[in-house]
Amino acid sequence: MTAYQIWFYIIASMILGGALLAVTARKIFRAAIALLVSLIGIAALYYWMHYEFIAAVQTIVYVGGIVVLIIFSIFLTHNPGHTIEEPVSIREAFAFTGCFAGFAFVFSLLNRYSFEQTGDGLNHTMQVADVGRALLSTGSGSYLLPFEAVSLLLLAAMVGCIVIAIKIRTK
Amino acid sequence: MIDQVPLTHILFLSTALFFIGAYGFLTRRNMITMLMSVELILNSVNINLVAFNRYLHPNIDGVIFTLFIIAIAAAEAAVAIAIIISLYRKINSIDPEQADELKY
Repeated sequence: MTAYQIWFYIIASMILGGALLAVTARKIFRAAIALLVSLIGIAALYYWMHYEFIAAVQTIVYVGGIVVLIIFSIFLTHNPGHTIEEPVSIREAFAFTGCFAGFAFVFSLLNRYSFEQTGDGLNHTMQVADVGRALLSTGSGSYLLPFEAVSLLLLAAMVGCIVIAIKIRTK
Repeated sequence: MIDQVPLTHILFLSTALFFIGAYGFLTRRNMITMLMSVELILNSVNINLVAFNRYLHPNIDGVIFTLFIIAIAAAEAAVAIAIIISLYRKINSIDPEQADELKY
């Protein structure tokens, strides 16, 4: 086993351990912190695959944005130390069976299929300038229209959030 | 180098993450933790896209798709939390089974 492989399995156990704690922890704040660990692990996985830009975006948007938003909303809606209700046991059994069967099915499919590598996929490097060029140019292989659509979506989401969550003061 | 870990191991990781997220979404009785499970599911899809981009497709399309998914997930989380807070003000609880005003 080389250092590269060992790093991958450390990162994978960090992601899966954090995710398991995030969906099973009985204290909601602990679940949020476990989600944070899992998301940092995913950023580390991107870094491990030499996509440093995506790793930075993941850290900024998920760890710095979404988890902080979730923790704020926990503090707005719960007492500290609140314990989450136990799941309904029959529903938990069905969910566990379904998820385990789905995982086994996909696992067996992946095991049977051999992925043929095309081109020099493993050695290519991604320049951040390429991402910028692809996002802001027209023509084939470029994404100007989806980029503008996403910016409109973010504006609409921002206005929508303010409209939904605002408290209208009555005299 | 990276080819010491086969692509299927990364896909096993993302599959496990997806079904952990699905399990959490089906069993939790709290809207904020359900939102966390949805974030896990979206992240497993992102891992798939980035891994395929690294191993099979020497281009940057997968990275750009991942960027769009991250942006849309941020918008989705913000709207969901606005709805949760507004619902909490109205019914003083964030259990999805108590939010049944539209039912009758």
